[in-house]
Amino acid sequence: MSSPQGVTPTGLGSSALSQTRSDRERLLYWGKRLAQWAPLLALLALCLLIGLLSPQFFTIRNFIGIANEAAPILVIAMGTAFVIILGSIDLSVEGIVAVSGVTVVLLARNDFNNNDYGWLSVLAAILLACAMGFLNGFVHTRLKIPSFMATLAMQYVGLGLATLLLAGNFAQMRDPQIRGLVLNRFPVFPDAPANGLPYATWLAILAFILAYVIQRYTKIGRYMFAIGGGEDLAALSGVRINRYKLIIFTLAGLFCGLGAVIRAAQVGLAQPAIGAGMLFTSITGVVVGGTALSGGEGGAFNTLVGVLIVTVLHNGMILLGVNPYIQQAIQGIIIVVSVALTINRGRLKTIK
Amino acid sequence: MNPTSSPNGKPVLSASHINKSFPGVHALKDVSFELHQGEVLGLVGENGAGKSTLMRVLAGVYAPDTGELRMEDDIIHLQSPNDAAKNGIGMVFQEQSLLPNLSVSENIYLGYEDEFMRFGILQWKKLHAAARRQLEKVQLDIDPSARTSSLNFAARQMIELAKTLTLEERTDRHLIILLDEPTSVLEQAEIDILFERVRALKQRASFVFVSHRLDEVLAISDRVLVMKDGKVVANLSNDDGLDVHQLHQLMVGRDLQAEYYRESQQRPYDETVVLEAENISLSGAYHDISFQLHKGEILGIAGVIGSGREELCRTVFGFFTPESGQLHVAGKPVHFKSPTDAVRHGIGYIPRERRTEGLVLYLSVASNITLAGLRKAMHNGLIDYERESGIAREWVEKLSIKTPSIRAMCLNLSGGNQQKTVLAKWLNAESKILILDHPTRGVDVGAKEEVYVLVRELSNAGVSIILTADTLEETIGLSHTILVMRDGVITQRFDASSGHKPQQLQLIEYMV
Repeated sequence: MSSPQGVTPTGLGSSALSQTRSDRERLLYWGKRLAQWAPLLALLALCLLIGLLSPQFFTIRNFIGIANEAAPILVIAMGTAFVIILGSIDLSVEGIVAVSGVTVVLLARNDFNNNDYGWLSVLAAILLACAMGFLNGFVHTRLKIPSFMATLAMQYVGLGLATLLLAGNFAQMRDPQIRGLVLNRFPVFPDAPANGLPYATWLAILAFILAYVIQRYTKIGRYMFAIGGGEDLAALSGVRINRYKLIIFTLAGLFCGLGAVIRAAQVGLAQPAIGAGMLFTSITGVVVGGTALSGGEGGAFNTLVGVLIVTVLHNGMILLGVNPYIQQAIQGIIIVVSVALTINRGRLKTIK
Repeated sequence: MNPTSSPNGKPVLSASHINKSFPGVHALKDVSFELHQGEVLGLVGENGAGKSTLMRVLAGVYAPDTGELRMEDDIIHLQSPNDAAKNGIGMVFQEQSLLPNLSVSENIYLGYEDEFMRFGILQWKKLHAAARRQLEKVQLDIDPSARTSSLNFAARQMIELAKTLTLEERTDRHLIILLDEPTSVLEQAEIDILFERVRALKQRASFVFVSHRLDEVLAISDRVLVMKDGKVVANLSNDDGLDVHQLHQLMVGRDLQAEYYRESQQRPYDETVVLEAENISLSGAYHDISFQLHKGEILGIAGVIGSGREELCRTVFGFFTPESGQLHVAGKPVHFKSPTDAVRHGIGYIPRERRTEGLVLYLSVASNITLAGLRKAMHNGLIDYERESGIAREWVEKLSIKTPSIRAMCLNLSGGNQQKTVLAKWLNAESKILILDHPTRGVDVGAKEEVYVLVRELSNAGVSIILTADTLEETIGLSHTILVMRDGVITQRFDASSGHKPQQLQLIEYMV
């Protein structure tokens, strides 16, 4: 200690230590590499497998079907992923989708009342969803209620509200422009019109790009990872935790609202159960894509892959004629397996 | 260095030539000592001297690299705290290990419930009765079925002790109890009771006692082991006029080396006041504190644990809001409700626990560096990665941060480099005031020097620094001005400009 040059007080005993350490590091490095690409590899393998078993799989028609099915889930899962990266969870998806979906149908031309607000009804539905997301965040950050509880409550508030709005009935959407989101396609192929992608699906792709930009290029995105990686640390660096949590929850609401509009346009029908199954599917998509439930990792691209895995699997099972109840069971097993995988990854790291 | 001690009987525990290294730190160097039956052995040393490591080796938390432990005539290998317990060694923890939501009995016998099971059913009566017997050993008269959270710290400390004493019934060996800073949360009257109980228990057990407060060590110990830089530098019997100053000199050891702290580069600071505290008070921590921090000044705060210096230091960064009095930054009154407010006023904080307080370990070096001042890396409202990389590269080079790449996760950096990354974060955020909370804790010698050089350069560049250091030597070596605190008040202010450095003993006079 007394000599200023005494920079390396390490004894002989530590050389063995550093050896094993670098081995472990190497293992971790490759493990991490593999874990990063695993979802994408799984998706490709799944496609190949289903393609081998079913000749209908590798057709443009089927791929467009997959894209359409994935569209609303993809949009919603962007928000779900953001909240999970933050280290929280959003269980209010189906509630928000119900309110937004019913709102857009009831404000646009429909067979239940005399409203005909056109695009304004879309705007209203999305704003309402934002408000519900904001409320999630508000209850979570200001009243300090754990996010799973706050959002679970919102789920039921939303479902109740939607049922109330429809007075127990359902309503059909008659607005040609909003329905056009699904019926109009791009690019237009005069001889094979079904080969274009519906506007709604393009909208979902735009939502994905938006999410990616937010995640990678904005303060919101950066702070989302910082908060998920260590909330206290982020606070010590001057990050306004509550503000950014509110923003993320509101964004999650926004994505839910957009997803609800797409869904409503697709089914052309409003009923409280319009979002049924979307919560589980979106969380499955997020987690299967490799976003850890512990927060701070993952993102939009992972989620895109995850949602595609879930959708392709669903599509494949239909093509192969798998019993629908077995389909559900398989979905359940997949989420458990992928959560187990992400948790393992987390453990490896904390060991270090 | 050994036998000034007066052995009464043969040793119950002897450690010989214990070595323990961690990456970058040789924490224990050839440590040997003996513990005798019914003896209280005081263990003193500065932070980083190796006391905690030694205690953990004895408690089975760390296995030594070389050297051996003997109990009576057997060599023992402690692989875990459980092994230590089997050999009759128990530790009373500094941060209390009792679960507040369980009853006293459940805490005392946690992990040993099987002794009270019949056909898989817990027999509460038997458990409480057994717990009561343990409590009698420490003369604590409380209901063993009480919830632990309803008891005060002193009682909890006694319960910890009682819990350790249950080892008596599980081992044939002589009981050894390790007390790691047991007094840090206690009031004087409670300390007296604890000491009285420890004395009464000397027929049952031997003790190793660690404390920062040297007067306490002298009050309770039969013998004192002084550690410094991982070595035992003295092993003194506490019967012939041993005093606090003598101990302290042994702990500090070497003469102050001016150049180690780059004293020749210390320039007088600017007279501009950047931060001022006016009669601030926080109950239970400090009272009526006033001071000024000038541009480019390094203000060291010295004081023992409990003097209020940690709280004062953290107040300036907004962790605590003073109950009365006023803080001013750059002449304007400020009211910090959280660290975020402090950051907004150009204050940065270098924490002692980098891994839990300083860096987001799973973010890259570059992202951590820009975390507090992300605006600089942004262009048209979006993060510009080239710009961010440029900033990061600049700091990595300036502070010579050793990292495989600027996009590597901070997790992979060594302690010293992590510390420099935290520093880079605040420099990028253009903090005018930095609070260095034990900046060299857990940093090895070479990296310490680099930190000193940086601190000196920052000060010369006009950054003001509030420093709470691990050692007095560091405080004196680095500071322009030193405030000494005791029991929550400032007892003395020392000018420590180059060439007028006070002596450690002068400071200690006002600390204890």
